[in-house]
Amino acid sequence: MNAVHAVAGSSAALDVATIRRDFPVLERTVRGLPLSYLDNAASSQRPRAVIDAMSRYYETSHANVHRGVHTLSQEATDLFEGAREKVRRFINAKSTQEIIFVRGTTEAINLVAQSYGRPTLGPGDEILISWLEHHANIVPWQMLCQQTGATLQVAPITRSGEVDFDAFAALLSPRTKLVALAHVSNALGTIIPVSRFIAAARTRGVPVLLDGAQAVPHMTVDVQALNCDFYAFSGHKMCGPTGIGVLYGRESLLSAMPPWQGGGDMILAVSFEKTVYNGLPYKFEAGTPDIAGAIGLGAAIDYLEALGMERIAAAEHALLDYANERLATVPGLRFVGTAPDKAAVVSFTLDRVHPHDLGTILDHEGVAIRTGHHCAMPVMEFFGLPATARASFAFYNTPAEIERLVAALLTAREMLG
Amino acid sequence: MDLKDLYRDVIVDHNRHPRNFREIPDADRRADGFNPLCGDKLTVFVKLDGGRISDVAFNGSGCAISIASASLLTESVKGRTIAEAEGLFSQMHQLLTRDDVEVDVSSLGKLGALSGVREFPARVKCASLCWHTLDAALHQQQQVSTE
Repeated sequence: MNAVHAVAGSSAALDVATIRRDFPVLERTVRGLPLSYLDNAASSQRPRAVIDAMSRYYETSHANVHRGVHTLSQEATDLFEGAREKVRRFINAKSTQEIIFVRGTTEAINLVAQSYGRPTLGPGDEILISWLEHHANIVPWQMLCQQTGATLQVAPITRSGEVDFDAFAALLSPRTKLVALAHVSNALGTIIPVSRFIAAARTRGVPVLLDGAQAVPHMTVDVQALNCDFYAFSGHKMCGPTGIGVLYGRESLLSAMPPWQGGGDMILAVSFEKTVYNGLPYKFEAGTPDIAGAIGLGAAIDYLEALGMERIAAAEHALLDYANERLATVPGLRFVGTAPDKAAVVSFTLDRVHPHDLGTILDHEGVAIRTGHHCAMPVMEFFGLPATARASFAFYNTPAEIERLVAALLTAREMLG
Repeated sequence: MDLKDLYRDVIVDHNRHPRNFREIPDADRRADGFNPLCGDKLTVFVKLDGGRISDVAFNGSGCAISIASASLLTESVKGRTIAEAEGLFSQMHQLLTRDDVEVDVSSLGKLGALSGVREFPARVKCASLCWHTLDAALHQQQQVSTE
């Protein structure tokens, strides 16, 4: 499998130079310059191990899963279900029955809204989210409210970009039927101290969904320790493929939920009079799944585990500290989101230079960042900004890339400031 | 494709010092333009005298390309008839989006400074937002979005 790129011992820092050679795309140039890829919160890059696992599957073992008795179908099923077990272990779920493969975080949240929320919510009921949420953790709930007559409640945030716990607790009421929170803010990088929020909700018997899209790639996630009811994340932000993601759900809740989509694989028996649904997790996986995507995700988990999630977190934290220190030297730069506990995401504005112009100018220097509202328009509105620039780091980034970011910002300032 | 083709001196100047950046309280026509991708928001105000644009102004927020383009727009359509302004819109549309059509840049005056935008597909909507908004104002639509 993957070599562990450590200098020595399990507590040693990651050997970034070696790690970078695992990622073919990091060797390319943009406009004749080496690529500095600092847009990892939008989507990370893939190591060769992931690409190879998917190619190998297509070249040697592809067939449909859970169907045939022939060798290839059995191999494909073993690889697919093997990936499910890797996911289970990675987030420490009790059972693979609690691991539903979906297209991504967005689909996972929509599944919960439609399959858990729609049959159980009605007028007068409330769904509680926070002001920090990505649109994927807002819009499915708004749609659910329109369908059921329930109301969306939003816990406010502070100027530093943290969810106001007291205000959140005050919004919890007998009407609250579901809490849905980001684990890590995509726009600002804030790590929400979710245990506190989960405890407050669950003591009132309110189930909690966590949007873990930005958390799973960067820290150890243990769904049993978190004691959440649903946890959603995407493969492509954790070095896996696009088109695959995971919904973890507590088995007792998933068992009681009706299927979301109907079709093949989610049934045991079909007649025109009656259909008997399959058990978990297949009840929620209608149709041929993204087999290669799941296998790629499994390979990504192998890769991340070989590096060690704690060492990944430490490496990214060091990059965040370095970026904060260096960006603070750029005249006119203002940080947006200054929570003490953050993932390696820096959102900022630069005086007199619009983020959209920054994006173009930085691209010309080979530096890829995200500019815009980051699918979190309420966050932008809270800070009175149309947009921010966002640099987000992964363990394969280097201080030298941060230096290039700083130099490119100075160029932008000179050009337009 | 050089960055200086996009951020020409005229563009930088009009971004730093946008012309006709104000509201016209008694405007005969106005429309709001919004680019949801980058959050650019513009309002275009038009004062008409018969079929002629006697005054035009804008306000709002946006990137250098959208602000400069709006500023250049106000300078170029003021005093023109509605039909002439619409003719300019269609020329600008071609300039920004069609690389198979030769646009006579000399007839566009300072607007020709935006010809570099075509090489930056991600930025075409920034430059065209104000023109779509003007068009909406002239056709008495209230809102336009570039999505």
